[in-house]
Amino acid sequence: MITATPRNDLLLMVFFAIAILTMPIWLSPIGAAYPDLLQRFAIYGIFAIGFNLLFGLTGYLSFGHAAFLGVGSYTAVWSFKLLSMSVVPAVLFGVITSGLFAVVIGYISLRRSGIYFSILTLAFAQMSYNLAYSVLTPITNGETGLQLAQEDPRVFDNLFGTAMESGSGIPPTNLFGLEMSGYSGFYFCAVLMIIGFYISMRITRSPFGMMLKAVKSNQNRMSYTGLNTRPYTLAAFVISGMYAGLAGSLLAVTDPLAGAERMQWTASGEVVLMTILGGVGTLMGPVIGAGVIKYFENIFSAFNDDALHEIFSFLPDVLQDGVVAVVGLFVGEGWHLTLGALFVIVVVFLPGGIMEGIGRLSRVFSQKKTIEPTVKTRAQPGE
Amino acid sequence: MDALVLQLLNGLDKGGAYALIALGLTLIFGTLGVVNFAHGALFMLGAFCAVAMKQLLTLSKLVKDESITFFDAFKEEPYLKIWFGDTGAIIIDYAVPISILLAIPVMLLIGLALERGLIRFFYKRTHAEQILVTFGMAIVLQEIVKAMFGANPVPMPPPEIFAGSADIGSFLGLGNSVVYPWWRLVYLGFAGIVIAGVFSFLQFTTFGMVVRAGMQDRETVGLLGIDIERRFTIVFGLAAVVSGLAGVMYTPIVPPDYHMGMDFLVLSFVVVVVGGMGSLTGAVAAGFLLGILQSFASMNEITSILPGIDQIIIFLVAVVILLVRPRGLMGRKGVMES
Repeated sequence: MITATPRNDLLLMVFFAIAILTMPIWLSPIGAAYPDLLQRFAIYGIFAIGFNLLFGLTGYLSFGHAAFLGVGSYTAVWSFKLLSMSVVPAVLFGVITSGLFAVVIGYISLRRSGIYFSILTLAFAQMSYNLAYSVLTPITNGETGLQLAQEDPRVFDNLFGTAMESGSGIPPTNLFGLEMSGYSGFYFCAVLMIIGFYISMRITRSPFGMMLKAVKSNQNRMSYTGLNTRPYTLAAFVISGMYAGLAGSLLAVTDPLAGAERMQWTASGEVVLMTILGGVGTLMGPVIGAGVIKYFENIFSAFNDDALHEIFSFLPDVLQDGVVAVVGLFVGEGWHLTLGALFVIVVVFLPGGIMEGIGRLSRVFSQKKTIEPTVKTRAQPGE
Repeated sequence: MDALVLQLLNGLDKGGAYALIALGLTLIFGTLGVVNFAHGALFMLGAFCAVAMKQLLTLSKLVKDESITFFDAFKEEPYLKIWFGDTGAIIIDYAVPISILLAIPVMLLIGLALERGLIRFFYKRTHAEQILVTFGMAIVLQEIVKAMFGANPVPMPPPEIFAGSADIGSFLGLGNSVVYPWWRLVYLGFAGIVIAGVFSFLQFTTFGMVVRAGMQDRETVGLLGIDIERRFTIVFGLAAVVSGLAGVMYTPIVPPDYHMGMDFLVLSFVVVVVGGMGSLTGAVAAGFLLGILQSFASMNEITSILPGIDQIIIFLVAVVILLVRPRGLMGRKGVMES
């Protein structure tokens, strides 16, 4: 295992930044190098990094993180509507509002731990979801989702005269005039993700991060030493909620539309899966997990029966129909089945996720000659 | 007054479903110590046992429609009707209650398979991992059902004699403005019977006694030479049957679709937590309590003062109870406290 020295961290950081920024190049052979998908890689990467800061470091499993994603989205769209089409206020307000939400929800939920915490966060997320659909319709626009309109005030744009002349449709979101769609949108998200990654790395290495890991390994012992752990966990919860808010507002930046389904608890489940799949408590894991899931979601859900018949056309006809019928369950509409099965398989066989898998493989290749350690330690994520 | 009685009945009805699912959840939690996020999916599977039974009973073939004479018309006629005439028609009419016969063995098998095949590997692992693996399993079950039965809700009419509404008002002497669907009354009675059945099974049989002892102290029971693991496996099957039956009988009330389990899961977990992890009476009491609260909150008089309260009342109550009484209403000491 690579030890965490400042030099190695710097190397990792540089490697990470280069890898992310060159994604349009090295992802093109597998057909994933188009802006829409790349944006989602970056956005859900941010979401997963943030979630990992809470779950990976403190061990608190939140089932309500999608609520912050939704809040971030709604705030960003409102900022586009009321203030300006510039992404700067949108992202800022998105992060701040979801941070405030996280303070309130975290303050209450963190009074309990373990499964009670999961249920409390789930309850809050469901509450926000239900409210967004019913009473808060004036703010959230209910089932239709919140959209931009031609006649929105956009105070700042009109004030500074940067507004498009009337009649040219809804202006696009922009960063100081640079239009936030396609590749520029991706690079904006990617830069924010790299910053987010850097912050998460600093947090993990800091004394604060050590404290969080200590909470994970034995909270009782921490309390016995006379330390009040709640401020630390609350801080982690709020930071994590702000990451989710950032991701949510970026979703609105790349596509100015917010709907309540983003807050549904299946969305919370998805980010849990990304983190688990990549490797809980590792730095790179959540990013990899998010990328893998978004990629396969994209690829798998595009398949239909005709495409499958084409792929398996080398098989004899009888066999072909059978294979297509079975595989067809897992792709296209049935993509969620693959997701669920993956969830089960990863938790059962590879609790440390892809990062653990890579670790095992590299150990197999590098340590063939060294003596196997006699005491086999169970992989404990985040330690 | 009329409205109050109606809402009380509505609440008892909903509460019945919550209580049945929560009972199974608590049973699993109290015995095996596993947090089962797939329990809602078991409820959904039960409901689809009824759908499958209905499809089985109404297997049809095309026959000539005699009532249309001027051209050859064909209609689908269920085999049961062709073979048994009116008796067959009655059997089809009673498809939902008959599905119970299918649901019991099927749910028992599914429960045992799930426990032996997956969940037993997770006794020693953290609750977070248990939640994750059962959550994944729930998605898998849900998607399989979606692939088999489609994504749309399947309407399941109750038997014809229960299709109308009961005039409870005149029965209670409140005038005839309080009418309530018969089937919902049946469901309430059914929930009561199942709950009573589970409790008396645990209270009055030797098996139940061993299980209760195991819930208290599984190690000692094991030392007495009793294979407690095996009993607990059966308890898991039993819990699956209970929530499956709840699902079967619920189909005429809400047409089942593949994600109904998830909706109920969240609520019944809240119910379990409010009732107190590991407390069976707590789960049942909290189920009815929250059901009634929810239906009272959805009354017009209340939503006009506090709009949206009906959507969040359950979660609100859960939050308050968890903060005021950390172990829930009737939680036992030492359960779920690391």
